[in-house]
Amino acid sequence: MDFEFTEEQLMIRQAARDYAERELIQDVLERDAKAEFPTRHIKNLTDLGFMGMIVDPKYDGGGMDTISYVLAMEEISKIDSSVSVILSVHNSLVCFGIQVYGNEKQKEKYLRTLARGEKIGAFLLSEPEAGSDASMQRTLAEDKGDYYLINGVKNWISNANSASIYIVIAQTYPEKGHKGINAFIVEKDSPGISLGPHEDKMGMRSSDTHSVMFTDVKVPKENRIGEDGFGFKFAMKALEAGRIGIAAQAVGIASGALNRAIQYAKERKAFGTEIANHQAIAFKISDMAVKVENARNLCLKAAWLKDRGKPFSTASSMAKQYAADIAMEVTTEAVQILGGYGYVKEYHVERLMREAKLTQIYEGTSEIQKIVISRSLLKD
Amino acid sequence: MKILICISNVPDTTTKIRFTADNTAFDTAGIQWIINPWDELALTRAMELKETTGGTIEKITVVAVGLKDAEPTLRKTLAIGADDAVRIDAEPKDAFFVAEQLAQVAKDYDIILCGIEASDYNGSAVGGMLSEFLGIPSISSVSKLDIENGNVKVNREIDGGSETLSTEVPFVAIVQKGIALEPRIPSMRGIMMARKKPLNVIPAVETEALTEFVSYELPPAKAACKMVDAENVKELVDLLHNEAKVI
Amino acid sequence: MSILVYTENWDGKFKKLSFEQVSYASEIAKNINTSVVALSIGNVEETELKKLGDYGASKVISVNETKLDNLANQAYAKVISQAAKKEESTILVFANNYTGKAIAPRVSVKLKAGLVSGITALPINYEPFTVRKKVFTSKAFADVIIKSPFKVLTIAQNSFGLIETENKAQIENFAPELSDEDFRTKVEDVHKITGKVLLNDAEIVVSGGRGMKGSENWGPIEELANLLGAATACSRPVSDEDWRPHDEHVGQTGKIIAPNLYFALGISGAIQHLGGVSSSKYIVAINKDNDAPIFEAADYGIIGDVHKILPELINAVKEMKAAEN
Repeated sequence: MDFEFTEEQLMIRQAARDYAERELIQDVLERDAKAEFPTRHIKNLTDLGFMGMIVDPKYDGGGMDTISYVLAMEEISKIDSSVSVILSVHNSLVCFGIQVYGNEKQKEKYLRTLARGEKIGAFLLSEPEAGSDASMQRTLAEDKGDYYLINGVKNWISNANSASIYIVIAQTYPEKGHKGINAFIVEKDSPGISLGPHEDKMGMRSSDTHSVMFTDVKVPKENRIGEDGFGFKFAMKALEAGRIGIAAQAVGIASGALNRAIQYAKERKAFGTEIANHQAIAFKISDMAVKVENARNLCLKAAWLKDRGKPFSTASSMAKQYAADIAMEVTTEAVQILGGYGYVKEYHVERLMREAKLTQIYEGTSEIQKIVISRSLLKD
Repeated sequence: MKILICISNVPDTTTKIRFTADNTAFDTAGIQWIINPWDELALTRAMELKETTGGTIEKITVVAVGLKDAEPTLRKTLAIGADDAVRIDAEPKDAFFVAEQLAQVAKDYDIILCGIEASDYNGSAVGGMLSEFLGIPSISSVSKLDIENGNVKVNREIDGGSETLSTEVPFVAIVQKGIALEPRIPSMRGIMMARKKPLNVIPAVETEALTEFVSYELPPAKAACKMVDAENVKELVDLLHNEAKVI
Repeated sequence: MSILVYTENWDGKFKKLSFEQVSYASEIAKNINTSVVALSIGNVEETELKKLGDYGASKVISVNETKLDNLANQAYAKVISQAAKKEESTILVFANNYTGKAIAPRVSVKLKAGLVSGITALPINYEPFTVRKKVFTSKAFADVIIKSPFKVLTIAQNSFGLIETENKAQIENFAPELSDEDFRTKVEDVHKITGKVLLNDAEIVVSGGRGMKGSENWGPIEELANLLGAATACSRPVSDEDWRPHDEHVGQTGKIIAPNLYFALGISGAIQHLGGVSSSKYIVAINKDNDAPIFEAADYGIIGDVHKILPELINAVKEMKAAEN
């Protein structure tokens, strides 16, 4: 056991913290209000190397481990989860997916530009009628000999507009069920792709979420990831890794809210003393802190397993489910501690609370995580 | 030209200051160490000069007097962009001691940058002392540093105004606010490259400190703020005039 | 043996802080039974030089060389060490301002003297020679022993008052030995701030923060400063936004000041800001947020809209001044 971070991990955490505290904080409220994409920040974070931080340096990535990634995600999410979701989808679903399961040609052509952050990636799995049950893909990818023809609709796609490289999950052999599903690398400017309107979301409003329509979109054969019919497994594997990023995001949201609650409790006075001196508040803060610490440790454990090449599916589900649920609890309590201030936007915690809600829903709802966890415990 | 930046490893400036039980030493438990803010701005300016003067600056070196625990701070400067780092292996006892140690490294550089003071002991002395050890010019309270066609141009603040100066190299610039806008955040690439950059450890020269910090004390707790009603601003003026007697 | 005080003049007139330093040195001289020599560099009339005697200098050494019109660190340090050797001075006193910070460290190396900067009071002990200074940007005090026979002290602003004496000083001209080697920096241009109270010297400072909302709202701050003979200042966000020039920024990474009275208007009082102003004798805070940390540091506070309160404050000061006359 070693609970010490390496010097490099600490440096990365500090870099992310400095960027968040210096830059993201400045316009996070305004972007949230206007649902405006953080173009400037994504450019800066690209320059700093966060957009491909876990990709092998061989493909122009930062070569950082998952622990470093988790630390960076937490720091950014303390201030701004709209930005961290863009990073998460790009890094842990798209870059990770292509790095691990793509072939050499795909890596040369796509991973390199993704790792340099020149292009942003998006992951297109959810459909109007296939959210949690990802095997029910209605989007079709017909095998036309030397290309696939994709038709269908994908919903709630993060980075849908800002991305130029999509990973699309679609059904090739409906009769085979999930074994007939394939995953493709699709360039967004391919003819036949159109976007639905910008979704007006409850939280993470500065990330761009759209539905994406495919009408007779031709995708070269060489853009299929893995063997024919590997798509469902690919999606599940990518999501396993993605869950660590979302867990870290939820930890960040919760710890950001906790920090603000602590600061407020030490300053605000009621009944002649700082409210931190009232046990009702002090105990709330204690409960919140224990939850955040637990969630952080689960998250780091999953990252640690992944870095060592050990199975991490159950660990990442545990981390994601717990972190998302406590993020909701902790942000709700933070709003409670700040009272009237907590309910107005200027004090950030109401926004963190809105952001927390999404972590319980996307990349596998809390309920789906419980299925994964319980199945791993109860099988055989 | 070669630039040397002398850095101090200091407690994070937001740290709550505590001392050991007998008040004879600063309590370092749980302290996060950072690059002294002015030294970090000096590094930023050095990087900017290297990037904008097309090959004029061959090398940026960072040096600190410190024990092994100063190395994370030095490596951070490498991640930010310094080309190499030197640690002079000794506990930094006082300004005189530190300046004499730095002199052995600084003699090989053209522009030597020091922060105007360290945020811990607020000595404001190392840069000036170093220049005297080397027998070279020093320009203090520098708020702007440029190199135009190989010539160094400097702005400095003086008591009651400011000056523009030119100088020969080598010289020591003691820098302050304005020298650079913001410290740089190291990039992933920088952090990765820092692994391969040299951090040389050299022994300290024999010398002694001339001063010794013997005890510390926190300032007495402040009396509570006297609140004046916003509807009665005149009362504030009365208090300042008759009670505090400052206006 | 003697104590040498480096004094600073402004267009031929000594600054108040120089008289304070001579007073400070005189108190030490009494304790260790020695005398005070004041050193003046620049073109200063004899009547002005004599004033240094009023605060206890028994001798004033005047160096009047056109080469030394601008502050040249290396040359000044040489002149001061030559004077110190001539007068057999073992203790040298400087102000802890830009000038002192520029010269004192160089002098310290020339004399192999231990240096303590930012001293806040008379030595607390003479054997061993122990002084008190601020550390951690005014968050604490430290006692420091100077072990070397020669000692260089720089005194924090506003930490010692004036003490007038019956003493008269003898004036002596001094021609230091200088070479071209001592002038390797060349001043190309000087910009002196005129018609304005200097921030570092000011006894009253009126300072605005982010709560002022924009540069266009600085009129009342300047008006109040004029009324009180005060300097204007600002917090870091204000200079970062270019609402005010950078040389007005007070705080940990800006100027560190210690006036008698500091007005913090629309300044929340982040720890970095307090680091630059906490040595002020009195702090007045006006802020709409009753939880702002500035009220922890302030002596007098008003909770409310600074834009509404400031004009009322200006009127109240005018009324007070009118009543005085």
